[in-house]
Amino acid sequence: MDYSSFLQMHEEFSLLGVMIILLLYDIFASEKYLKYFQPIAIVLFLVHIVLNCVPRETFQVSGGMYEYLPIHSYIKTFLNIGTLIVFLQAHKFLNEDANRIKRGEFYFLTLSTLLGMYFMISAGNFLVFYLGLETASVPMAALVAFDKYNNKAAEAGAKYILLAVFASSISLFGISLIYGSTGTLYFNDLPALITGTPLQILAFVFFAVGLFFKISLVPFHLWAADVYEGAQTNITSYLSVISKGSAVFVLFTLLVKVFASLITEWQPILWILAVLSITIANLFAIRQKNLKRFLAFSSISQAGYILLAIISGSAIGMSSLVYYVLVYIFSNLAAFGVISVIEERTGKINIQDYDGLYQTNPNLSFVMMLSLFSLAGIPPFAGFFSKFFVFSAAASQGFYVLVFIALLNTIISLYYYLLIIKAMFLNKSDHPIEPIKSDFFARVSFAVCTLAIIAIGFISPIYDQIHLISFGM
Amino acid sequence: MNFLSLYILILVLMMMGLFLSKSRKQIQIIMITGASFLLLLSGALTYLYLTERAAGNTAEMLFRADSVWYTPFNIHYSVGVDGISVAMLMLSSIIVFTGVLVSWKIDPMPKEFFLWFCLLAIGVFGFFISIDLFTMFMYYEVALIPMYLLIGVWGTGKKEYSAMKLTLMLMGGSALLLVGILGIYFTTGGSTMNILELSKLKVPLEMQRYFFPLTFMGFGVLGALFPFHTWSPDGHSSAPTAVSMLHAGVLMKLGGYGCFRVAMFLMPEAAHEMAWIFLILTGISVVYGAFGAIHQTDLKYINAYSSVSHCGLVLFALLMMNQTATTGAILQMVSHGLITALFFALIGMIYGRTHTRDIRLMGGLMKVIPFLGVSYVIAGMASLGLPGLSGFVAEMTVFVGSFQYADTFHRILTIGACASIVITTVYILRVVGKVIFGPMQDKHHETLTDAVMYERIPVIVLTAAIFGIGMFPGWISSMIGDSVLPLISQFIR
Repeated sequence: MDYSSFLQMHEEFSLLGVMIILLLYDIFASEKYLKYFQPIAIVLFLVHIVLNCVPRETFQVSGGMYEYLPIHSYIKTFLNIGTLIVFLQAHKFLNEDANRIKRGEFYFLTLSTLLGMYFMISAGNFLVFYLGLETASVPMAALVAFDKYNNKAAEAGAKYILLAVFASSISLFGISLIYGSTGTLYFNDLPALITGTPLQILAFVFFAVGLFFKISLVPFHLWAADVYEGAQTNITSYLSVISKGSAVFVLFTLLVKVFASLITEWQPILWILAVLSITIANLFAIRQKNLKRFLAFSSISQAGYILLAIISGSAIGMSSLVYYVLVYIFSNLAAFGVISVIEERTGKINIQDYDGLYQTNPNLSFVMMLSLFSLAGIPPFAGFFSKFFVFSAAASQGFYVLVFIALLNTIISLYYYLLIIKAMFLNKSDHPIEPIKSDFFARVSFAVCTLAIIAIGFISPIYDQIHLISFGM
Repeated sequence: MNFLSLYILILVLMMMGLFLSKSRKQIQIIMITGASFLLLLSGALTYLYLTERAAGNTAEMLFRADSVWYTPFNIHYSVGVDGISVAMLMLSSIIVFTGVLVSWKIDPMPKEFFLWFCLLAIGVFGFFISIDLFTMFMYYEVALIPMYLLIGVWGTGKKEYSAMKLTLMLMGGSALLLVGILGIYFTTGGSTMNILELSKLKVPLEMQRYFFPLTFMGFGVLGALFPFHTWSPDGHSSAPTAVSMLHAGVLMKLGGYGCFRVAMFLMPEAAHEMAWIFLILTGISVVYGAFGAIHQTDLKYINAYSSVSHCGLVLFALLMMNQTATTGAILQMVSHGLITALFFALIGMIYGRTHTRDIRLMGGLMKVIPFLGVSYVIAGMASLGLPGLSGFVAEMTVFVGSFQYADTFHRILTIGACASIVITTVYILRVVGKVIFGPMQDKHHETLTDAVMYERIPVIVLTAAIFGIGMFPGWISSMIGDSVLPLISQFIR
């Protein structure tokens, strides 16, 4: 067997390299050098991003178990950038005395889940896909319970691992049914064999549930709010952005690649899930007082909007989805970044604690406002463009009613985003949050997010480039 | 670069300048310089436009520029103007200029106020210069969101409620609108977003029946179409003066302009079919707004309801779908923009002195602040349509146009709308008689001081414009009338 083809998996190997270097460094470096651990980790990861951002030719490894497409480079790079921002924001948290000893684990676990997502994205076979899914879930549970002496975190971790295992076992059952009815697990062979027999439809439904759980669509969303609230804020942001981003991408590729012949079955399913996710999550978000729970529901509804791109099943849907994920990474991470900085310094996490924030912390409020406007889809910020493209993708296939319902929901979402803006800018408080000086790394992350939120929409080549490549799907 | 884009460029530069500014003095200098440039630009544009037309250029849109923005969706950054947009741009720059002077001493946080104000202005100017559906929609939404903070932070009264109501209702409108826009784009084959090219393609009639009402209502919400007008009284009365001026004076015209240029122009068959529904609704707006104004005691509420009535008249005239009425509608947009801005500016100045807007607590102000008093009377007279002032020209054209239909349905509606003028007279004269003339109500008011220099300039500018259109309506109505013709030919059968 020719092993040289393995070496083509640049992204995975380079990420693995970063992980091993960091692990060894963490174990063997002396105390003197260990204080440079985080900057080194960030620089190494940056090098990894830069090395892998250029798309290459399509290729397969081990007879199609692993299949690389140019668009994978983009989605992986976007996930990388998001992870880097999470690292920047987590710097302060990991430098605290209580957590310093564990920071090696933080980086290793985060990068392990990322490696799992890489394999999910580039899988060419259900076995590799399942391997990736598990690699992405199990370390995630450890991350959620990172602060093990915190009851809420431990509870969230237990909840996450139990439900994640349950969901992936259902998925696995679906995969076994697929194998039973077709005799193969290769993505390239399956489309010809999936003809829409009842068993295959059942298999598809079982399989999809596992992914719906990862994306936390209604009605598979019940874990989200508790886990988001219990986990440390930087981990929550990683969970809500990176994990979700990879899962929606994979869902899309599987639907159009493997289950294309079942399109008449999965379109109505997605239609209902989209409406439910957007509406129910929006209604619940209105009632939340805790900002992390609030963002949990907001991110469920954002996932519902992404389904509008998926349901179209077209090249435009693909590019809109990747673009949406890109914009969502920056918008959501900026919001979580502000929340984590404030929680880190003051322990305040409720909406009414943010009263009068603009008077004491204008810069943080400004970043928060931009990110919320972008999440709500207000021009001229990037979120407007990504929402417009997602709606166009759905409308191009004639889903006008769905677009209409989604648009009505944007009004509800605007209402609750405005509630936070109202707290920060309009409300007066006797005890506002005192002026906070955020650390250098967090400020870099805010600068990157702000710049991206303002500029991405106007730089059309970004979208055009994604679109160009997604036609190769 | 096309010189129409200068509108956006000037405002963006102003925002950058504001961002770096340190003191109130610098902010004022930046704002007044920028606003003067906008005014000069509009003047130059009007001149160039008229000379170009006089030279025999009959293209539908002049000063076109077009560059591709998003290839996959055929989104272009595409600008161009005809007589209607020139008139609206002129109006907008006058109101931005006067709005800056009116908020000369805004407190607190002048820098933030003007930043949002500029963003609002970007939305307005951008909307009027674009001829691409996407950019038009984008600018439309850009103009909506700064309102929340402008009203919420710098407003008066129950500002938080009003700000939220206004923002959500207008965003609701834009949600309807977006479905309509996507529908127009995809049912014509998804080949272009350019309005001029779209008008040559046909949206299938059965699809027009869905998308026309959505688009029309989407814009209609901003144009205070009954029953979606309820944001307007609350919003306008809570907003700070300059924002009320800009919002009632220009932003509400975005609604009428959009109804005409997008909904009716691109889907003429459905517009014909459904005109009667919207005619009834706008008829209600006209009469109901006027009756609403009679009942109010707050000066700003009176004016806000009067705006509902007058903006209703704009949509009413557009739906009559003939050249005279449509020209009247555009004239009414300009005229109402100027009058209502003058009203809100004066109310702001009066409120700054008396600290009340309740007409029962004021009286005899003519004795102590004659300049403001006289200007208020002029604004009132213009609003009720006194000949020689702009209101007369506009309303006259509208009613002459509406009366061209001989059937009973149109006749009844036209007569109803005409009757609203009488009601207008009632509420205008009631305020003028009570607040400006009449006996002094409050002895503290005897020591009030009249307008100072930076307050007089905007009042004089607006009054001059109102007189200008009233005395010499010929050039502007022929400029508008010529440009209306190619649009209207779409739906004259």
